Amino acid sequence: MALSAADIEVGQTFSQVVVDDLTRTQIVQYAGASGDYNPIHSDEPFAKEVAGYPTVFAHGMLTMGLTGKLVTDTVGDGTLTDYGVRFVNQVWPGDTLTATAEVTAVNTDDNLVELSVATVNQDGTTVLTGTATARLA
Amino acid sequence: MSADRFPVEASHILMFARAVGDPNPVYADAEAAAGSEAGGIIAPPTFAQASAQFDPDYPLRPKFGEVWFGSGSMASGRMKAEKASGEGDGEKKAPSGGGLHAEQHFKYHRNMRPGDVLTASTKPGETWTKESRRAGLLTFSESITEYRDQDGELVVTARGIGVRTEKVISQD
Repeated sequence: MALSAADIEVGQTFSQVVVDDLTRTQIVQYAGASGDYNPIHSDEPFAKEVAGYPTVFAHGMLTMGLTGKLVTDTVGDGTLTDYGVRFVNQVWPGDTLTATAEVTAVNTDDNLVELSVATVNQDGTTVLTGTATARLA
Repeated sequence: MSADRFPVEASHILMFARAVGDPNPVYADAEAAAGSEAGGIIAPPTFAQASAQFDPDYPLRPKFGEVWFGSGSMASGRMKAEKASGEGDGEKKAPSGGGLHAEQHFKYHRNMRPGDVLTASTKPGETWTKESRRAGLLTFSESITEYRDQDGELVVTARGIGVRTEKVISQD
């Protein structure tokens, strides 16, 4: 359900684990669905021997998509007007990510809610920060 | 990301929602979605990115008859190709896929739905550089993609920022 202005106030937070122990298979699944087959995300020999990383790592857009679940679970389906993020740290197989959204503004004139969004891994390291705006009911 | 024809299909939305770990029926169950506020199946917020599937020149997809830079018998197909042509020894580092994704922003003008046939047209934005401790000189470049429907109306505007690093990002 879309949020209504009466239900929320600035400073209110919403949080959920959006992936528990990220698997390489899920990264492959995202590659297949999105069409981004960069081998750095799914090809261990390439990621280690050619690119020089310790192993494969997730697409930034997978982290944005995982975090999008928290955002739409919070604001309701199909109500987003803006969603934007920065990828601040890499996400690796085995990571457990917790996404949190905080209400930063409730604009009753335009009937919009603004959120800040952040996703952290199991060590408390921030992997993504962003903002979202959605229409209120 | 440019595509002359990006058909939005229910099965693609289903697979994309699975991949981002979202079991919300509004992405998967036509009957449940019809009875929801959305009024039918809609695409998840980051689905526009899957237009890569319909970009004929998208560089991060293996293409028929072309050397792929991922691993096969060697760690990169380019290393194998260079060795075969006598240009390389198969040992030195082949070029990687290049950039990483730094930022992504979407503006939603309306929901994408199965049955939409969109066009995606991308134009470059600004370019800038920044020094970083973990990866050397960073070169950022922005691109803006407009997704329009059959009537030419804007559906989603996407703004992506890519970054090329001077060296592999230090994990320390």
